[in-house]
Amino acid sequence: MKIAVFIKRVPDSEARIKIDADGRAIDPAGVKFIMNPYDEYAVEEALALKEKAGTGEVVVFSLGTDSAQGTIRSALAMGADRGVLLKTDGAPTDPFAAAQVLAAEVEGDGFDLILTGKVAIDDYHHATGIMVAELLGFPATSAVSSLTIEGGKGLAEREIEGGVEVVEFSLPALITCDKGLNEPRYPALKGIMMAKKKPLEVKEVSVAAAGVVSMGLVTPPARPEGRIVGEGVDGVAPLIVALQQEAKVL
Amino acid sequence: MNTVLAILEQRSGSLKKVSHEVLDAAKKITMALGGSVEALVMGPASLEASLDGLAADKCTLVADEELKLYQPDLYAAAVEAMVGAGNYRAVVLSATAMGKDLAPRVAARLKCPLVSDVIEVGESDFTLTRPVFAGKAISTVKVTAEFAVISIRPGAFEATGEGNSTVVTVGLPEGSEKRVTTVEVKEPENKSLDVSEAGIIVSGGRGLKEAENFKLIDDLAAAFGGEAAVGASRAVVDAGWRPHSEQVGQTGKVVSPNLYIAVGISGAIQHLAGMRTSKVIVAINRDRDAPIFGVADYGIVGDLFEILPALTDEIRRIKAG
Repeated sequence: MKIAVFIKRVPDSEARIKIDADGRAIDPAGVKFIMNPYDEYAVEEALALKEKAGTGEVVVFSLGTDSAQGTIRSALAMGADRGVLLKTDGAPTDPFAAAQVLAAEVEGDGFDLILTGKVAIDDYHHATGIMVAELLGFPATSAVSSLTIEGGKGLAEREIEGGVEVVEFSLPALITCDKGLNEPRYPALKGIMMAKKKPLEVKEVSVAAAGVVSMGLVTPPARPEGRIVGEGVDGVAPLIVALQQEAKVL
Repeated sequence: MNTVLAILEQRSGSLKKVSHEVLDAAKKITMALGGSVEALVMGPASLEASLDGLAADKCTLVADEELKLYQPDLYAAAVEAMVGAGNYRAVVLSATAMGKDLAPRVAARLKCPLVSDVIEVGESDFTLTRPVFAGKAISTVKVTAEFAVISIRPGAFEATGEGNSTVVTVGLPEGSEKRVTTVEVKEPENKSLDVSEAGIIVSGGRGLKEAENFKLIDDLAAAFGGEAAVGASRAVVDAGWRPHSEQVGQTGKVVSPNLYIAVGISGAIQHLAGMRTSKVIVAINRDRDAPIFGVADYGIVGDLFEILPALTDEIRRIKAG
């Protein structure tokens, strides 16, 4: 089974976000970067499917700057076979522009399955994976938390408001992964050593101009100062008064 | 003319509330640019009766029994055909589970930009504001393309009132093909409100000490009489106490209820990012220095095992009138 996985380098979810002097992007100083957590589920699922099939190849692709090489090495350390950096100057602001680059890269390469995270926790579009599938004409489903692949067919479950949708499809297909799908493995020391020797190809790519322009990035306004209404059970009565009379939510 | 096409959403043959929010966002865009709002909905023919009098110039129902469930390719084909046959400036839909899946399909088919999870539209030009980094920053973009797909965050826009739209029912476009098939929707027997749709959320964290103690959270949520959903911090979801569907935060759901009650949650940055836009925040925690108090409007410092039962009793008493 030949599987492609799209991964993205993003600021850690625990990172504090500061805006740079231009007010257009975040200030990366002091920010720890990680593999997008939802993409980790995609890498894990690809490795597990390859192991189950007993044969195949897992190739990770990342669209980004040179620094994304580290993110690709993390996936190689988990067990992916090789990596491709689609090198750009900066991340595209438009998911369709990103999807076009990724689709062009994997088109015709004979992948049985393409996996990626349901969303990147930086720009939050929930879009790139599904757009790639549309460009390739692949069956696709998103935010999958349970996946069964057997005999060229797939069955996926995706969480919707107050329920679970069950989706059937044939391979080749593209799936975007949600939490709950699996528990991503930690790279073993041996994996980390081996990752250094695995092939990592760097390809310069150009990204189409986005159909939107950034007008600015700001941090959200601070919430108004709150107060401690009381301690222990003695706090309950003043809380109820505040919710009924001040906040008027009861 | 800048006609904006609002994609409405139905579930089990009835229109979802978020559809009226989509109409509101579409109207706001046309107020900025000049133009009118049309609506489009995919679903069973029985839906027609509920589509009169919407706040749109007209409403097109693409009717087919097969469209009762969300069929991604058929829905995308219907929107693509509608846009192809008209002269639209934008498609607006909601960033629900369906909308998050449908929006990128439509944008890719129409080869246009997608702006997701919008919370505000410009008053005089085609600018859109959306949270990024799970709300740790707010981005404003201007649409320069001739056409764009826009998804709006549920709860960010007002539900529009009534209007005088009339319904036109059409069939699926010819040659529509399914690449994937939605075979069923499984709904739990004890159907609870989803955190993304609830007006009140009671969330629990590690301070509850063990999974069984979440009953205290369930009880408080139940005391609100069906208005409240149960939420959870990442720590307790990772520990397997609660399902991921309840997780609030940057790797869970980003929520904006009227009232958010955080119990035994210290307030990690990724959690705060997921709930800081709630209208009113209450925190109950034994640690006076916990970061959660930094975003809370009202806090109680103390032992949640004493406070929660007392608070639950009070809410029950109020709700009983």
